[in-house]
Amino acid sequence: MLSDMSTVVTLAVFAPLIGALIVGGFGRWLGNIASQFITTGLLFAACALSWYAFIQHTWGGMEDFTIAILPFINIDTFHSAWSIRIDALSSTMLVVVTTVSSLVHLYSWGYMSEDPSRPRFFAYLSLFTFAMLMLVTAADFMQLFFGWEGVGLASYLLIGFWFNKESASSAAIKAFVVNRVGDFGFALGIMTVYWQFGTINFHELFPMIASHQGQTWEFLGQSFSALDLAAFLLFIGAMGKSAQFFLHTWLPDAMEGPTPVSALIHAATMVTAGVYMVCLLSPLFEYAPVAKMIVAYIGAITAIFAASIGFTQNDIKRVIAYSTCSQLGYMFFAAGVGAYQAAMFHLFTHAFFKALLFLGAGSVIHGMHHEQDMRKMGGLWKFLPVTYGVMTIGTIAITGLGIPETSFGFAGFFSKDAIIESAWAAHNTPQGMFAFVMGVAAALLTSFYSWRLIAMTFHGKKQWEHTSDDHHHEVIDGHDASEPAHDDHAHDDHGHGHDHKPHESPWVMLVPICLLAVGAVFAGVAFAPYFIGEHAHEFWGHAIFTAPTNHIMHEAHEIENMWVKLAPLAVTLIGMILAWYYYIVRPDLPKKFAANQGPVYSFLYNKWYFDEIYQVTFVKLTKVLGDFFWKVLDIRIIDNLGPNGAAWAALKSAKNLVKTQTGYVYHYAFAMFLGVVGLLTYVFWLVH
Amino acid sequence: MIPAIPNLLSLITFAPLFGAVVILVLRALARKDDEAVIAKNAKWISLWTTLITLALSVVLVAGFNRSNPGYQFEEHYQWFGPISYHMGVDGISILFVLLTAFLMPLCILASWDSIKERITEYMIAFLLLETLVIGVFTSLDLFLFYIFFEGGLVPMFLIIGIWGGKERIYASYKFFLYTLLGSVLMLAAMLYMVGVAGTADIPALSHFAFAREVQPFLWFAFIASFAVKLPMWPVHTWLPDAHVQAPTAGSVMLAGILLKLGGYGFIRFNLPMFPYASEMFAPLMMGLSVIAIVVTSLIAFRQTDMKKLIAYSSVAHMGFVTMGIFAGNQLGVQGAVYQMISHGVISGALFLCVGVVYDRWHTREIAFYGGLTKLMPHYAFVFLLFTMANVGLPGTSGFIGEITTMVGAYKWGTWVAFVATSGVILSAVYALTLYKRIMFGEVHNEALKKYPDLSVREIIIFTPLILATIALGVYPAFVFDITTASVDTVVATYQTVIGG
Repeated sequence: MLSDMSTVVTLAVFAPLIGALIVGGFGRWLGNIASQFITTGLLFAACALSWYAFIQHTWGGMEDFTIAILPFINIDTFHSAWSIRIDALSSTMLVVVTTVSSLVHLYSWGYMSEDPSRPRFFAYLSLFTFAMLMLVTAADFMQLFFGWEGVGLASYLLIGFWFNKESASSAAIKAFVVNRVGDFGFALGIMTVYWQFGTINFHELFPMIASHQGQTWEFLGQSFSALDLAAFLLFIGAMGKSAQFFLHTWLPDAMEGPTPVSALIHAATMVTAGVYMVCLLSPLFEYAPVAKMIVAYIGAITAIFAASIGFTQNDIKRVIAYSTCSQLGYMFFAAGVGAYQAAMFHLFTHAFFKALLFLGAGSVIHGMHHEQDMRKMGGLWKFLPVTYGVMTIGTIAITGLGIPETSFGFAGFFSKDAIIESAWAAHNTPQGMFAFVMGVAAALLTSFYSWRLIAMTFHGKKQWEHTSDDHHHEVIDGHDASEPAHDDHAHDDHGHGHDHKPHESPWVMLVPICLLAVGAVFAGVAFAPYFIGEHAHEFWGHAIFTAPTNHIMHEAHEIENMWVKLAPLAVTLIGMILAWYYYIVRPDLPKKFAANQGPVYSFLYNKWYFDEIYQVTFVKLTKVLGDFFWKVLDIRIIDNLGPNGAAWAALKSAKNLVKTQTGYVYHYAFAMFLGVVGLLTYVFWLVH
Repeated sequence: MIPAIPNLLSLITFAPLFGAVVILVLRALARKDDEAVIAKNAKWISLWTTLITLALSVVLVAGFNRSNPGYQFEEHYQWFGPISYHMGVDGISILFVLLTAFLMPLCILASWDSIKERITEYMIAFLLLETLVIGVFTSLDLFLFYIFFEGGLVPMFLIIGIWGGKERIYASYKFFLYTLLGSVLMLAAMLYMVGVAGTADIPALSHFAFAREVQPFLWFAFIASFAVKLPMWPVHTWLPDAHVQAPTAGSVMLAGILLKLGGYGFIRFNLPMFPYASEMFAPLMMGLSVIAIVVTSLIAFRQTDMKKLIAYSSVAHMGFVTMGIFAGNQLGVQGAVYQMISHGVISGALFLCVGVVYDRWHTREIAFYGGLTKLMPHYAFVFLLFTMANVGLPGTSGFIGEITTMVGAYKWGTWVAFVATSGVILSAVYALTLYKRIMFGEVHNEALKKYPDLSVREIIIFTPLILATIALGVYPAFVFDITTASVDTVVATYQTVIGG
């Protein structure tokens, strides 16, 4: 039984790698169609195997297990091995990753159909999937870090896929570097864990943590609570990967990548790795109250902050990107108050509806001949009826509509309400109260910007009719700080007869979206009993640890106050009505706001000026320091005092510098010869 | 079982020299007007000589007993007095022999078409260099070591001074001035050591307890020489000039092997022979290491010349080596040895990557390039892989050396690990920016369309480097299995002496 399952999961993890290697190496000879078939076929195989493993684990009574494939690093007690770890967390992630990835592969057949480098694209997608699977099945910190940076590499390659665009290659570097800032903390966290516990293996580490409570640890000359320090440093890594406040700036720019990439990497899977890590490390975070509090605060701030930006943006992909950022904030504050199960549940449902929204947006962009500015859309529902339908489902799912106290509701209804209720359950702590308030406020904004997106895109006046033959953007607001990107690959070759009427996407794109829509509708109601409900205890097993004092999940179920339960629904409806009023009844009002450029609007539209601040501080500083160390320290001081100084002048005046090309060799050989003679003479003298 | 070859180490060390002699003899025998034939013969003889040396080195490694921490394949012949012809390798030096033998055929191939003048002399210089460098790693006698160590620089001077770029005189001069200063001090220290200990035998000296009071002076004299070779900040300024002027294969040897002489010297001499001084000066070395990592990374970011950028990046990566060594624990020193091997492969490959475009367009100016991915997809892949390895991406060998030295340094002092880790961010900044400027964007320069993608010869050169980078990155035990026993002994002895 176990060996059978070992084969199943090993095949599931390595199938994408095989696809990536075959197509990456031979895609040129295989051609587009074969490349697509191989990668997508292997991904669907991996997906089927993952579901089999997940079902076996959830209902078939399969035990957790770890298979070691190959030793990795072994020095002293620093032991790491290439492994596949299967438990509730990893089997859930296997399912999420392979499902979304296989659907995205399929969708890309249509979306990328005009791109000349399709084999490269599919190889990257499969490579990403492999790295992500290595991340989620890691049994120690080194493999986790491998997957962590591996997905970063794939993300870099895919954001910069259209490398001839300056904005795309800059965004790719930004994503990699900002993630490296996170990894800086992550790496220090791993070192801190290793020297505290003498191991980096999860199975060895987790049982030791409780006994280290109350210990202190010296770091940079300061004394810290040992466990809090380790957890906090590791969390910095999670902040980078999951685009949390301060380290979020790369995610909106990452929208430069092709839309299927945004759906897979920057919505459903890679960006959730941070949340996954915090949940995986729940045995550590449970004993690190300060780090947990920071997680809750950062998550809550990100939830509201990203949402506040989301409702002023005009690029359809950027709106969804900020929405992702905000939803990740929800997951983090859930974990921060101790409701890891709720965080993982939201991660699970979010994967479906956010991938759906992105792929739907991709369908709109495709149908609009690569227009991404929502101000140029409007009235599209008639032209893209299927896309309109599934996008509406996705919007209902993300805003979390449902009937409280019943099991009628879309996916987000179950998971988001569970998060907000867990925050309330922790309202006796300041971070719990803060997270609750921010969570409800962000729910209002989420509803508003999500319905705004639907209204601007699918309803109202057809803004594209009078500009149909002009693909270039006019700067409507009078400033272009976040001018939407133009997804303009192979633009001129667009083979749709150039009638410029928006068109519905082909079936190969619609089928994956519709399948995700099924998930967006039912993932909540079907899995709530397992992730957060009556079967949660058996479902999670040992994968998530909750301290004996942590009763958040229980208390969240026992909330008596009806208003707490109704608040998320109420604000969601308010947000929906406001969006309807502003973007369908009185569409002139938002335009006036935009045109006036009030301080609040500008602040939000310019994304709180984070990019500008980072530009004048970190980027500028790096350049100035680099120039200083090079031109002043190296050239003026070291070289002028040293080789260019007195000795240089003396030799130059001796005029033997220009005499021969190899003059210095003879000098050197002579000096060495003298040395050897000296040594020999000395030895002779010693001997006699 | 592999048959035991007698005097295998001497054979490996002097095989290249033998090849050089063969080339000389053939030239003497040939008619004067047969320049083309002589050159062609020289190339093929060099290639075969280096390949045979590589094969012998593989036999050496295959026959190496990994559980024995001491010296193996020893050859010991008494000369006179305290001096003897003593050769031997342990788990630390054997890998450098293999690395040298591995890179050398690639250097010969890389020079195949790009060197147009004095080809015979060029090949002889490289073969001579190989003998001298391998000799550094195989000699176990101070006297022998000194000859190989200093002698190895002569062919390097020639390679830069004769086949170098426009500023080759200034570059070789700078190289000369720095190294001379270090050598003089090291020689003085060696004289003293032979006098006091009455032996020039390196294994014997490793166990000779030098007086605590003199250790700092001896330590410093050796550091003066090794720090320049490595190079450590602030005696690094010769390296960018030397690299920029050196021909491609010269840069490969310089970055791949010659820099490692310094790190090897630290582990072979400073740590075991002067443990008290090593511990005393460790804060200084740690400080200089992290300065090298951060400062030269920042400098690399501002470079406009591809080779200079990679040269500065080398200094930064050598910072991890010194940091690991003076952390003085298993993770640190193992990591340092690993980082040297890995950097030998990666930096060699990166200089070969520069060579690919330099051979075509004869400029190293970054601004000249742009959008090459479209024109040279194979090159784009190779360059990307080594850029990522340079950045220390897990899965490549670059990662293993960085993470292990940082974990080791953390134990020594958290601030060291903290600053060094921030260098990991900066390496991403400069390396990816370089890649973007050369490979991404539109092709704005029409001249770039003139030449094709990688040739078969170039693909043959890169293939073993790619395989080595990935294989070592995924399964670092290839290195650690060999180094563990010897490094553990060095570390254990050091820790015992300093009472750690």
